[in-house]
Amino acid sequence: MLKGKVHKYGANVNTDAIIPARYLNVSEPTELAKHCMEDIDTEFVKRVKPGDIIIAITNFGCGSSREHAPLAIKASGISCIIAKSFARIFFRNAINIGLSLLESAEAPDNIKTGDIVEVNLAAGKIKNLTNGLVFTAKPYPDFMAGIIAANGLIEYTKKRLAAK
Amino acid sequence: MTLIEKILAAHTGQKKVNPGEFINASVDLILANDITAPIAIREFQRFGIEKVFDPKKVVMVADHFAPNKDINAAEQSKIMRDFCSRRGIIHFDVGEMGIEHVLLPEKGLILPGDVVIGADSHTCTYGPLGAFASGMGSTDIAAAMATGDIWLKVPPTIEFVYHGNTGKWVGGKDLILYTIGQIGVDGALYTAMEFTGEAIDALSMDGRFTIANMAIEAGAKAGIFRVDQKTLDYIKPRSKRPYTIYEPDKDAEYARVIEYDVTNLEPQVSLPHSPANTRPVSQVGNIMIDQAVIGSCTNGRLEDLNLAAQVLKDKKVHAKTRCIIIPGSQEVYLDALRKGLIEIFIQAGAAVSTPTCGPCLGGYMGVLAAGERCISTTNRNFVGRMGSPQSEVYLANPAVAAASAVMGRIASPEEVVKN
Ligand code: SF4
Repeated sequence: MLKGKVHKYGANVNTDAIIPARYLNVSEPTELAKHCMEDIDTEFVKRVKPGDIIIAITNFGCGSSREHAPLAIKASGISCIIAKSFARIFFRNAINIGLSLLESAEAPDNIKTGDIVEVNLAAGKIKNLTNGLVFTAKPYPDFMAGIIAANGLIEYTKKRLAAK
Repeated sequence: MTLIEKILAAHTGQKKVNPGEFINASVDLILANDITAPIAIREFQRFGIEKVFDPKKVVMVADHFAPNKDINAAEQSKIMRDFCSRRGIIHFDVGEMGIEHVLLPEKGLILPGDVVIGADSHTCTYGPLGAFASGMGSTDIAAAMATGDIWLKVPPTIEFVYHGNTGKWVGGKDLILYTIGQIGVDGALYTAMEFTGEAIDALSMDGRFTIANMAIEAGAKAGIFRVDQKTLDYIKPRSKRPYTIYEPDKDAEYARVIEYDVTNLEPQVSLPHSPANTRPVSQVGNIMIDQAVIGSCTNGRLEDLNLAAQVLKDKKVHAKTRCIIIPGSQEVYLDALRKGLIEIFIQAGAAVSTPTCGPCLGGYMGVLAAGERCISTTNRNFVGRMGSPQSEVYLANPAVAAASAVMGRIASPEEVVKN
């Protein structure tokens, strides 16, 4: 069960906004987290607390393939991201590194910055504690659920390699 | 099956694959660069194995911040260089490198029917070779380096048909900017875009690479073209291994077919801060610019430099504008030199750089200050993409960028080159 305060963004938040390329000359997650969301929200880094949740509209994480983007978000303390849709590469990257994403058509329109949201990942239940509304996230395909259950792609692949 | 489905089926050993199906496909080539490789290497090391599945099917290119722009960038390049040399992995370093998506096709590393994955979103650039090529993240690449395969969800295919013949200053860049303007930055999310029609047949390979390059800007997983004589002529002197040409079935099922008549299409410009914010150059208005950049994996090929040179010949870059021209690879650079293009650029007052991604992602070699405006032949005009979050990027083709450099404001090549 996750619980945290909401930071809400709009549609098409791109990976340059999540972590600008000028900081990509390093790859340590904690270094990257210092500049997370900087170009669209200079206060994010100061405001974010461990466990907080990002809400976005559609196509979150579009743009580059930089895994630095989900790494920066994860290292900043964000526990999960809820949006109507995610960009394809960002979705893979987040699942692969163990950052939880939830797709919901209704939740983003009914949650705002500052709300407190509770998420039951296993059940795909999203509850806005501020207004009491409850939403169900789209379930993961079995295949992806396997990667999540293994704790990310590397552990999942380790098992495959061992079985070979 | 569509072209993409046929290629994917052949890499799973299945007779048929269907859109939406999860598959494990074998890969013919894996790519990473000086930004994405260090994370892939760190993750790969968690497997505790020494060897990659096949060092001749892994390529790493130092292009984003190389030649190293600072100490941190130098450390990242070094991690990649050491990893490659220990394992015999193909590695292109300063002196032999180019921007990965210009370089790999040139080197004959990608051939028709291949499945290529790269830790770079613009890996989709290789579609004109009749290959499935898709960008993903570093951890995916780490796993594929160990196993030689990759999990994929088979994408539905949208066919984009371009009717008519385009005018002199209209090329691949304009077709793709126009398309993204029509469908939006998520208009092809999770799908494969297949490009067909007379206007596509008439395009050079360079023009087709430009289109495929920006498929990701519409959210697509891949962009693909059917192999024709131009593809074969391109591959012939470069290929060193056998390949397979696939054709879509007559009854292939497309998710959608979108048709455009591009006969009267003008050169297109994408205004800040989205590639979908497109309009014809004549309707952009009076926009003064501080800098023009011609290069990148979108428009850093010989045809692009040729177009820029046609505009810049015997002209001068405007006194208040900086023009930076970056050939996409050493081969492009050398060809441009032999054809006299580099001299035209320098005479016009442009700066010519060694191949690098450089300013395209705000790395170096032309970073923007707050309040500055740049017209660029690159593929993204997001907030802060080329420097300060208070700067602006306008996307256009190389002839428009060159004409704008001369006029000091966004301009059509017709204003500069009078016939
Ligand atoms: S030129 Fe630009 S878009 Fe292309 S690979 Fe380099 S940074 Fe990415």
